[in-house]
Amino acid sequence: MDQGKGMFLKMNEVLEILKKNSRFTDEEIAVMTGKSVTEVRQIIKDCEEQGIIAGYTTLVNWENTKNDDYITALIQVKVTPQRGEGFEKIAERIYKFDQVSACYLMSSGGFDLTVIVEGKSMKEVGLFVSEKLAVQEYVMGTATHFVLKKYKEHGTIFKEKEFDDREVIFL
Amino acid sequence: MKVEAMINEKVRNMPPSGIRRFFDLVHEMDDVISLGVGEPDFVTPWHVREAGIYSLEKGHTHYSSNAGFMELRHEISQYLNRRFALKYHPENEILVTVGGSEGIDLALRSLVGPGDEVIIPEPSFVAYQGCTAFTGATPKIIELKAENEFKLTADELAEAITPKTKVLIMPFPNNPTGAIMTRDELAPLVEILKDKDIFILSDEIYAELTYGEDHVSIASFEAIFEKTVVIHGFSKAYAMTGWRLGYACGHPAIIAAMTKIHQYAIMCSPTTAQYAAIEALKNGERAVAVMVREYNQRRRVLLDGFRKLGLECFEPLGAFYVFPSIKATGLSSDEFCERLLMSEKVLTVPGNAFGQCGEGFIRACYASSMENIKESLYRIARFLETLED
Repeated sequence: MDQGKGMFLKMNEVLEILKKNSRFTDEEIAVMTGKSVTEVRQIIKDCEEQGIIAGYTTLVNWENTKNDDYITALIQVKVTPQRGEGFEKIAERIYKFDQVSACYLMSSGGFDLTVIVEGKSMKEVGLFVSEKLAVQEYVMGTATHFVLKKYKEHGTIFKEKEFDDREVIFL
Repeated sequence: MKVEAMINEKVRNMPPSGIRRFFDLVHEMDDVISLGVGEPDFVTPWHVREAGIYSLEKGHTHYSSNAGFMELRHEISQYLNRRFALKYHPENEILVTVGGSEGIDLALRSLVGPGDEVIIPEPSFVAYQGCTAFTGATPKIIELKAENEFKLTADELAEAITPKTKVLIMPFPNNPTGAIMTRDELAPLVEILKDKDIFILSDEIYAELTYGEDHVSIASFEAIFEKTVVIHGFSKAYAMTGWRLGYACGHPAIIAAMTKIHQYAIMCSPTTAQYAAIEALKNGERAVAVMVREYNQRRRVLLDGFRKLGLECFEPLGAFYVFPSIKATGLSSDEFCERLLMSEKVLTVPGNAFGQCGEGFIRACYASSMENIKESLYRIARFLETLED
């Protein structure tokens, strides 16, 4: 079987690199992929225009900032789909709030939308749910789950930096 | 009588590895970036580790058969067929060993003795010479050339063969140069070897780590298949160096001979590692592909970096080493590596550690994080500037 050599499209390798670390420069990516800088720039530009690259972000582990006034909650929302609109309209009304960092339509018997909300305290998130989410027309119910500890996010494990403790061996 | 003098003469006379000194120095330094050690910085993929752990939880802590678990040999057989079109029977043509190194040792001990010659192309892995010398056979060195990108040519091979030649070692993809041999480059060697009673010991431990071109096993040439022993293992491809697991494949008579030594000296390879290896072969392709892609990116960065610093370097298409020439600096390999280590705390290995013809080169291993590679290039640049003053 192909071991990934050549199986990845030109675009994919650039995307993989950026997904891992979006701070690599175009020049660095060009060297890493064996492409020209112009080619890399074109690929990135195309991806941005086509919405394949939807944005650039930094993965912050807020716990390590030592201020604990930062909390994430996962909220399950049960809604009644609207005729002709399905879930789109109600989802839009929810995801437009700044507090909502992610919103997914789920395939589940119990609820329909999963909403990730970030706030400064449990109280703030709770108020958001009761005052903004639960009261939306067509929202039939919510269940809020607070995140106590993040072990891994976006493929990155949150833990103390490990040091290379390999012993030297001659080979 | 002094104990030293009582030690077996062959062992006593073997010079200790010249590089030990470097590693002793490193031991006392902080903040060293190592491009020295030839092992993956990746940890063994979790699903492979988990299989090993599970086997322990289940209490699978006993011996396997001498040659290794039949299930593992079966998986090895299928893997070699799938990847390199090689056909080995799990019953009698595959032996599971303690790392590829044991396979090299067993093969040499099974095939040669005093009076025989073993052709060793250099620069290459240090164990070939050592293991050959312990058997009492004579190493016959071919000095590979930078202008040939350290590949073995038919002329070089023909010239090295004598009536005493018993084994040719084929160290590709190569440690330390990163050189590979394509099918077209192997074919003329096969032409020379096919009518001669010479075994080929093909060390293919880096077979999964090639870039742009798939590895071709010399054993895939029908004309010499029976005389070839293939050494392979899990260390490099699956980042499993510490598990110590490899295997040797070849003609039933050769494998039987090797198994004889193996059963007296080792009994069987560690079984926890064998259980993990079964999982690696069954479900490890994706993890290997991810690591290979990452190595390839680092390879390009390191190669590009050396070239931009004015250190001449051919493009290595295998293993995880770059082998730049440092002749332009006027320093010997030893001096270069030692001064680089002392002034900038970057560990590389002098090319001559892998054979005299490696003098004038250094080995840099890119199985290190991208941050380390970038930082080491920065430090090497600073080091080279001090040389110009």
